Amino acid sequence: MKKNICLYFHVHQPTRLRLYRFFDIGKDSHYYDDFANRTILHRIAQKCYLPMNELLLEAIKASKGAFKVSFSVTGSAIEQFDRYAPEVLDSFKALADTGCVEFVCETYNHSLASLASPAEFRHQVLKQKDTIQKYFGVEPKAFRNTELIYSDAIGKEVYDLGFKTILTEGAKHILGWKSPDYVYSNPLQPKLKLLLRNYVLSDDIAFRFADHGFDADTFVGWLKQTEGDVINLFMDYETFGEHQSANTGIFDFMKALPGKVLADKELTFATPSEIARKCKSVGELPVPEPISWADEERDTSAWLGNELQQDAFNKIYALTEQLSILDQPNLWNDFGHLQESDHLYYMCTKFFSDGEIHKRFNPYDTPYEAFINFMNVLSDFAIRVENAMSEK
Amino acid sequence: MRVLMFGWEFPPHIAGGLGTACEGIVKGLAYNGVETLFVMPSASGDEDQTATTIINASDVAVDTISESTEEYLEKVKFIHVGSNMIPYVGVDDFQNVVEEERRRQVKDFSIQYGQKYKFSGKYGTNLMEEVARYALVGGTIAMQHKDEFDVIHAHDWLTYLAGIAAKQLTGKPLVVQVHATSYDRGDEKHIDTRVLDIETKGMLAADRVVTVSDLTRNIVINKYGIDPAKVVTVHNAVDFSGKQNITVERGVQDKVVTFLGRITFQKGPEYFIEAAAKVLKRTKNVRFVMAGSGDMMNRCIRMVARMGISDKFHFTGFLRGMDVQKMFALSDVYVMPSVSEPFGISPLEAMRTNVPSVISKQSGAAEVLKYAFKVDFWDVDAMADDIYALLQYPALAKFSACEGLDEVNALKWNGATAKLKKVYESVVK
Repeated sequence: MKKNICLYFHVHQPTRLRLYRFFDIGKDSHYYDDFANRTILHRIAQKCYLPMNELLLEAIKASKGAFKVSFSVTGSAIEQFDRYAPEVLDSFKALADTGCVEFVCETYNHSLASLASPAEFRHQVLKQKDTIQKYFGVEPKAFRNTELIYSDAIGKEVYDLGFKTILTEGAKHILGWKSPDYVYSNPLQPKLKLLLRNYVLSDDIAFRFADHGFDADTFVGWLKQTEGDVINLFMDYETFGEHQSANTGIFDFMKALPGKVLADKELTFATPSEIARKCKSVGELPVPEPISWADEERDTSAWLGNELQQDAFNKIYALTEQLSILDQPNLWNDFGHLQESDHLYYMCTKFFSDGEIHKRFNPYDTPYEAFINFMNVLSDFAIRVENAMSEK
Repeated sequence: MRVLMFGWEFPPHIAGGLGTACEGIVKGLAYNGVETLFVMPSASGDEDQTATTIINASDVAVDTISESTEEYLEKVKFIHVGSNMIPYVGVDDFQNVVEEERRRQVKDFSIQYGQKYKFSGKYGTNLMEEVARYALVGGTIAMQHKDEFDVIHAHDWLTYLAGIAAKQLTGKPLVVQVHATSYDRGDEKHIDTRVLDIETKGMLAADRVVTVSDLTRNIVINKYGIDPAKVVTVHNAVDFSGKQNITVERGVQDKVVTFLGRITFQKGPEYFIEAAAKVLKRTKNVRFVMAGSGDMMNRCIRMVARMGISDKFHFTGFLRGMDVQKMFALSDVYVMPSVSEPFGISPLEAMRTNVPSVISKQSGAAEVLKYAFKVDFWDVDAMADDIYALLQYPALAKFSACEGLDEVNALKWNGATAKLKKVYESVVK
């Protein structure tokens, strides 16, 4: 059997909050920095989404369907595309229409609901499933949780929601001597197949490309050196043109890669669900505590590592039940945006090995500012929920 | 009676409460028939000079050097070398500040006679240098205006050296006023000994030491070893004329309990948080606000999060201008839990806005406010009790606010400065 290369790209844009002061609480319930959100989205659309989608579409056509990729696009990002750059949605739709692109499901708002509330998790997953169907005309079969957060229990929940395949991190502390380049299964639900990110080869492209400047031939050589059935290359889509700017040659690399891989007798491309169909599980992989693809720890400490994050997290999910009782669209909408894990990420106080990466995505000067601003917004939201409850 | 007064700042450009107090004092003295020449390091020209004549030390060249001061100036010169006294700087900035100072000191430091020196008049890293230069210029000014005053009055340690120089050159009596001491600024182990040294020098050289509260008077006597006979308390007053009551529309329906001030050890912010957590356990319809910034702010934010009350406890950051008035107008209870507060003007402002106050017994304001609730700063149970009572029993809050307003309105600078005039008279022969 040929070795399957699984290219999976994650597309997300947070709904950034405006400067929201104590004096605004109870008076003004518009929480978002529309200007920043629009400006940033336009920039990334021009630098990454549009040129890269075009590149991939051409590669698929040129390969006559042998080149395959997969995507997940968060609901929060789709909302922003819809509002500020609908041409991006069109280009994703064009990719979907080729039949060579798999869209993977996730939580609608890139949230941590899987760690807080099964009901809210379910709600967001189903909402995302509908959204993908509506915009891209395909029904998602595979799943990736926010930031590839995964545990045995989460896997079981995901299977119960109708997914047979889940993507997660090939975390070293979970794998031990095992290789990420095989398909594994969930010990609580053996029918759920796990695809594990090969973080060495993925990060070669996502983080180290500019520094090492390798070409497609070299990279194909590295791919061939691995033993196993699959090589999962999972990364943020913004890698192309945004994190690795065009002048690093990242686009030329991606233009060359499909041809080089397909020219090799040992390698081919496949999407997550195809791999799950083709490859048997080599065994169960127990993951008792949640893992993720973030930071050196590969756990949830980037979002829940300090007391600020934990308190903010507890406070927002304490509202879940009331939201379900009220079931009002405008409240659901804000509730979803406030759940975006990015808001918690901005409150992170880890400044050593991964501080640089945290800083790159952070609109706030300090984690404390991020916390204060978020809690002010959340206070206003809680008041609205309370008022709605008393009217009911 | 004519006074040569050394200050550090004067409204409208002020960083702390000292400038505001000085304005109240010169106005009050004018009312009581006392003329003042007010010297400050850096005047900008838009100060209100109806009650006093302002002398800008930045405009005066050092030229009057007499024999007797030579030796003194040597000492002054000694003080500034290698100094990087930094008030109100957090740990993060410290590195930068030290580095900057080191580079600056590479340039040879020498006082040049016959030249003007441009003071910043702020509380920056070269504060010690400015204090020393201020003494030189102060001496010169005193000699130039020798026949225009009977007594010298210096406010806080920043101006003591200038006061001493003026006394030595002119032979006129010196009154120093203590608005705050080193013991209020930090705990005893972390006192800046250079500041302490200047404070002690000033108090020893003075003919009278005026303190803003009995609390401060006790510190001056016990910690600085000053003869009780020459230490006199003149309580601060407040001047609210020109300040309007603003009305704001409330966003939150909950009651609001406010802390407003620098978030530093001295102000006791952690006791406020502990009391808040206790009150929140008993009642839901209340929010706590900590307005201000300071080196303990991040620590306080973490503490609030750890206690799980961040949905009811808000931080506003540093408030400017009208936002301060707005904050008072939004408040139902004001709390000042200071560990050590020479006076503390903020509860007076709160009471003026009809907001009842809970203040620590370790504050000068506690000596003059009958209708504020007083607790020991560490007694968070009592603090919580009082806050709870003021929130739950409207009659109590109304009574306290009403009586407090009358009380605050009676604290006039005209009365305080009449006492000050008596102090002057006791030293002028």
